Amino acid sequence: MNKNKVYSSYSGLRTSDSQVIVIIKYNAGNIRSVLNALNRLGYDAEISADPEVIRNADKVIFPGVGEASTTMEYLRRTKLDELIVSLKQPVLGICLGMQLMCSSSEEGNVSCLNIFDEKVIKFQLPVGNEENIKIPHMGWNTIFDVNSQLFDASLEGEHVYFVHSYYVALGADTAATTNYIVDYSSALQKDNFYATQFHPEKSGSVGERILSNFLKL
Amino acid sequence: MLSKRIIPCLDIKNGQTVKGVKFLEIQEVGDPVELGALYAQQGADELVFLDITATHEGRKTFVDLVKRIARNINIPFTVGGGISELSDADALLNAGADKISVNSSAVRNPQLINDLAKNFGSQFVVAAIDAKLKQADDWIVTVNGGRIPTDKRLFSWAKECEERGAGEILFTSMDHDGVKTGFANEALAKLSDSLSIPIIASGGAGAMEHFKDVFTIGKADAGLAASIFHFKEIGIPDLKAYLNKEGISVRM
Repeated sequence: MNKNKVYSSYSGLRTSDSQVIVIIKYNAGNIRSVLNALNRLGYDAEISADPEVIRNADKVIFPGVGEASTTMEYLRRTKLDELIVSLKQPVLGICLGMQLMCSSSEEGNVSCLNIFDEKVIKFQLPVGNEENIKIPHMGWNTIFDVNSQLFDASLEGEHVYFVHSYYVALGADTAATTNYIVDYSSALQKDNFYATQFHPEKSGSVGERILSNFLKL
Repeated sequence: MLSKRIIPCLDIKNGQTVKGVKFLEIQEVGDPVELGALYAQQGADELVFLDITATHEGRKTFVDLVKRIARNINIPFTVGGGISELSDADALLNAGADKISVNSSAVRNPQLINDLAKNFGSQFVVAAIDAKLKQADDWIVTVNGGRIPTDKRLFSWAKECEERGAGEILFTSMDHDGVKTGFANEALAKLSDSLSIPIIASGGAGAMEHFKDVFTIGKADAGLAASIFHFKEIGIPDLKAYLNKEGISVRM
């Protein structure tokens, strides 16, 4: 638990909250950003790939920036794939993390963890593209029809930060909707598995409220 | 609906924020982390930190600064200046930067963009282009803070950056930078029409109307400015309220 020591001097660290938060360590970017965001909220977390540590955590965060097929290959090689689907505590997938929790992704045509029975598909520009729409969907956009404990009602219509070229259509597990070219799932939830396409760790105070809601589950 | 982004830019020298006029006459304006956090709180959508320190010691200071920024700021930020190899970018990404921008080094070695995109993903790579208008519609790409003209032209170089894997283009008009008479809207619109990646407009912001114009006439995805924010000539909340009233989609 060296990580806890590193941040023991962090001001505002919540010592009264003894829950153990683990961020899954794998070959993806932005893991440090998630830890920084938790620290700003007064929580500490451990970054780990140790199955024992992950299994015993109170909360697990599965972040991700990267490419789907190479990342899935890594998860299979390290057996993190089997571990993640077997988890019983609240799990939060972020961005690529969310996409990998679906059944398959068009990015590298790869089958994924199949926690959510949804395919990840690539955005297609509208014919003519008169509005000059760009891919990736990059920047701040709104979430609506929120329906999950991740979101309180006050988050309806708020802006969060996105960077992605692939998306999940609306379906049974949709927990929030965003419009970009089409209405699609900007968050998913099924049982103990929560996921956001956007980056709560980069979404200002709105993102902090969403992370807080997850940590209070 | 996707919002138009307002991006304050902080030039960093030896760990302090500075702002030059036409890239010369540098004045200090404050602590970058404090200023960045203030802008984030006021509604800035992203931040850009450009290291204009040339020395090796200054470089180390900048990486430490990026770590502090990443710990304290809750919105995305781009860092640039002096990135000429993968290891420079790697150090900044590990320090917590969300994106890196490359400028002169990419002009000298275009393959750098391919290598950065392949290793870190296009979303990490902002191609910054400083250009100067030679004659009607003929923009010369410049390097070293606008001092040295190159044989590259703005539109073809921007297209090449996109093809090589850049995720965004940050275009600064050297003719507009620091003079506060509005952005280079005509060139920006042409860029936006010819590329499929987002365009960040830079150089020329002096009034709130200039942002409205850059998002409508200039078709930019984001507007970047420095001195008008640093010297409190325009407040970000006022700017956003104005743009919202003008029917432009912004994050309030």
